[in-house]
Amino acid sequence: MTTNSEKELQVKALKNGTVIDHIPSDKLFKVVSLLQLDKVKNQITIGNNLISKRMGRKGIIKISERYYEEAEISRIALVTPNAKINIIKDFEVIEKKVLTLPDHFTGIVKCPNPKCITNNEPMKTKFEVICKEPILLRCPYCEREIKEEDIHLL
Amino acid sequence: MSSKSIVSITDYSKDQILSILDSAATFEANPNQPLLNGKVAATLFFEPSTRTRLSFETAVNRLGGRVIGFSDASTSSSVKGETLNDTIKMVSNYADIIIMRHHLEGAARYASEVTKVPIINAGDGSNQHPSQTMLDLYSIRKTQGRLDNIKIAMVGDLKYGRTVHSLLMALTHFSPEFYFIAPDELKMPEEYKIICDKQGIPYKELSEFDTDIIDKVDILYMTRVQKERFTDLMEYEKVKNVYTLRNCMLSNSKDSLRILHPLPRVNEIDMDVDSNPKAYYFEQARNGLYVRQAMICNALGLI
Repeated sequence: MTTNSEKELQVKALKNGTVIDHIPSDKLFKVVSLLQLDKVKNQITIGNNLISKRMGRKGIIKISERYYEEAEISRIALVTPNAKINIIKDFEVIEKKVLTLPDHFTGIVKCPNPKCITNNEPMKTKFEVICKEPILLRCPYCEREIKEEDIHLL
Repeated sequence: MSSKSIVSITDYSKDQILSILDSAATFEANPNQPLLNGKVAATLFFEPSTRTRLSFETAVNRLGGRVIGFSDASTSSSVKGETLNDTIKMVSNYADIIIMRHHLEGAARYASEVTKVPIINAGDGSNQHPSQTMLDLYSIRKTQGRLDNIKIAMVGDLKYGRTVHSLLMALTHFSPEFYFIAPDELKMPEEYKIICDKQGIPYKELSEFDTDIIDKVDILYMTRVQKERFTDLMEYEKVKNVYTLRNCMLSNSKDSLRILHPLPRVNEIDMDVDSNPKAYYFEQARNGLYVRQAMICNALGLI
């Protein structure tokens, strides 16, 4: 067994679609929920706690016959900014995408302030990204800043 | 000028702040101006606040407008479970401007998103209260003749006190020098010190409240140290009287020193200070009327 073939041996190759690789194992199911993969009818292969030379353990998601818009997939940078996105056609990687957190996003993160209007009205949350590394968000309603470790997804 | 909501002091540029203060001065010279003739202002106080509400309602009345509203959420439909969105949309059918106080943070920002009627935030929980900041700035400029290069000591609860945070943010336009005097439990939050650092604004943090600082500054901004902020009541008992200003502490202070306080005060300013000409907190509250007249007219695009 060679190390080069290790990945292929752990999870079967994808013919067409999107591969999200190098997800920290503890973030894998958050990515699943952010992309709402539970509602997707396409074939999906999810691997977790796979052996990775770089990360020790990692997660991988392969979504068959599905390609994402930048705005759709960039939200996962909130939980896994270093994940790698590969676009596959006919078993070949035709494009590698780098995740960049958007400057604003709506309806993904919960404001941790219980006295914030967003936790008390039927409304969507909004956040401004003040800093991308380390992640620092700001709720434009209660004006609190939220650090990476305090981010909870809705 | 078009109409616009006033939610947070940080929504104003330096020039806009100065323009509001200038028009507040014209209202001080002549408080009765019929600029709101035929207009209706709604004062929606989901959380009671007699002082702020009376000041805003007086401002509308002196401008010749009429007032509708409620002073307690228990007399509004919110007790029946009506959303803020619905209340604001309903009131927008009747009023030309909405002045609101709410216990939830961000309520005024959200209200400004669901209606075209301008909203003035009269306090949203512990978040923002821009007319308080504006009247603090007005009082500083009126008593010192300027806003630039003011040496100001902020004393008491600097952690939770929204008035000191907003005043700090507004003063960053005017090259201030800050002294933050607070017990360890109630120190100025890091984020505000970072803002000062980034803008090269000098500040000193102290836990002792003594005459060395009082003698140096132009403005002494006192705040209430609230018992409910302390997890350890022993700590509260230790500090509650340490941050009390007494008349004898003012003997070597500058002649131009003025003492401000957002009120209500409890025991942080001894009654014996009230007769000192440097005590300015009651006049400060009166200035609130003029800045609120200016803010209402500004929100409606009238000035």
